[in-house]
Parts: sequence; structure tokens; C-alpha cells
Amino acid sequence: MLDRDEDILKAAEDWQKAGRGVALATVVETWGSAPRPAGSSLVINDEGTFLGSVSGGCVEGAVVTEAMDVIQSGKPKMLEFGVADETAWNVGLSCGGTIRVFVEKVG
Amino acid sequence: MKLDILHELNAERAARRPVILVTDTESGEQRLVKAKDFARDPLRAELDKQLRMGKSASVEAGGKKLFLNVYAPTAKLVIIGAVHISQALAPLARSLGYDVTVVDPRTAFASPERFPDIPLIAEWPDTALPPLNVDAYTAFVAVTHDPKIDDPALLHAFERNCFYIGALGSRKTHAKRGDRLRAQGAKESDIARIHAPIGLAIGAVSPSEIAVAIMAEITAVLRLPPKEREEAA
Repeated sequence: MLDRDEDILKAAEDWQKAGRGVALATVVETWGSAPRPAGSSLVINDEGTFLGSVSGGCVEGAVVTEAMDVIQSGKPKMLEFGVADETAWNVGLSCGGTIRVFVEKVG
Repeated sequence: MKLDILHELNAERAARRPVILVTDTESGEQRLVKAKDFARDPLRAELDKQLRMGKSASVEAGGKKLFLNVYAPTAKLVIIGAVHISQALAPLARSLGYDVTVVDPRTAFASPERFPDIPLIAEWPDTALPPLNVDAYTAFVAVTHDPKIDDPALLHAFERNCFYIGALGSRKTHAKRGDRLRAQGAKESDIARIHAPIGLAIGAVSPSEIAVAIMAEITAVLRLPPKEREEAA
């Protein structure tokens, strides 16, 4: 499908304007059978509310946790998730793929 | 992402204008490049390629790791003619991700029973088309075989610079159509943009096969660079 993360970026803007701390997580690279293509994104606010997906549910919890740090520090982070990556992050992709996720603060 | 970049990105998306967000994934620096500015950008080759593919990707340039996030509008397909071919074409196009609308003033053809779940406008093109915001991300197909309906629709497609314009009919029928459109003031370069006979030459016979040939041709125009596109056709 050609459709994109229509409401996610709008939500990012709306939340930020409403005074919330907001982070955006975007899949920037994939290897193997990753569940969501590069460009897929997840928006997270400082209440832990999120919209969108970077993996179809496998690693969102970890991304949200990291996003909280990014909202605090303002410094972007690159996260990597993969099936053989148990040492770095205690979650992986059951599909066997690997993804890199860029997390940045909005605003 | 800076708020002004996010705001501009959302405005461009709402206006259905393609943009690419370039992010240096080490420093976090970002810039938004509008498609009309690609030609004078140092990354123009990469930007052109990724937009054509409609795919975001990481690239390395000038010793920097950059992520190119492509925001291309959802492609639309406007079908003039609620005919048998359109009954196969509309659901096929929708499965490929297009927003599909069918226009036909003949209410016997444009009936919801024949087109379940497909937006259908039973009006003449002059009434139906202006509100549809036909644009450069729209593929436009005229298949009624009736010049009273197809011709004004094609003139509208020229004016809106659709990325693909196709019309049903043999070479002979198409030559006559060219004469009629010319008489109505169409430019030679516009008439030359019409794909007719419509669809890639794959020997399509049934309405479903013709629909496949049409969507294959539209896909080639959307995704291939001009040279390779000519080879495919």
C-alpha cells in the first residue's frame, strides 16, 4: 500500500502545541524480514501515549521507554533491534529481521 | 525535529506536494527538501530515485549517514466510465493503494450494485471533476468509448498535469480523438501524453486482464525512470 503515517505527524504537532513533551521514532534501516518498512514511525508523548508503529508491536514498549529519555535529554538516539541482539535490548523481532530506529525530540 | 520543520512537513503533506526529510542520523540535523527544489540539491540523484520509488532509505553522502524519509502523496486514480473494465480496474487499483473514484453520467452504468464500496459520481465530467482535486499524483483513465464523456474529461486531465493519462480505443479511434481534441484547442504535447491503446501490450483480452495491463502501465510510469519506461512500453 502507498498509504503513509497520516495522523502520526499531525498528532506530533498537536501534542507539542498542547504543551506536551513529544518524541518521534522512525525506522531508518531494515535487514531481513522486518515487519515495517523504513520511514514507518511512532510518536510518543511524555504521558506514555503513543500512536503508529515501528514493528507491528514487537519492540514498541522498548522504544517508548527510550523515547522518555530522549524527551528529557533532547538528544537523539539510534536504537537497534534484532533477533540476535539480546545483549543490547531485552526484546527482539520474532520475525528474524533487524531494524534501526532513530528517536528524536519534537520541538 | 524542530517544530517549524514539522509544521512545514504537515502543510506540504496536506497540500499533496511531495517532500523528503533529510536527517543526519548522527548529529540529528534535519532539512526538508521540496520536490521542486530537487534539481538544485547536492543529493538530487538520490532524492529523485527515492521519490520515484516512493521509498525511504538510508544513504551515505559526504561522509555523513543520512536518512531520506519520503513523503509522497497517496496516488489517486480517476476512472471515466463505469464500464465492465472499470469493475475490474477499480478494486485492482485500490488493492495497489490508490484512492479510486469512478465518474459516469449514465446512471445505468454508475450504480452502487456494480461498484460496491467504490466512490461513484453519476455526473458529467464538467460537474464531477473540479471538486476531485485531480493533480500530478493522479492517474486518469477514460474508458467510456463516448467522446461526449471522454473528451471533456481528457481536457481536464491535461490541465491538471496528471502523471498518467490513458484512453481506451484502437489506433484509428485514437487518431480521431486527437483530431477532436485539437479542434477544441488541446496542445500537441498534451495529446501525445495520452496512452492509447491503453495498457501495456500483454495480450489482454478479458476486462480483468485489461485492468492488469492498465495498472502495469500506470505502475511503470509512476516508478520507472523515463528511459526504462520507454523500453517497457
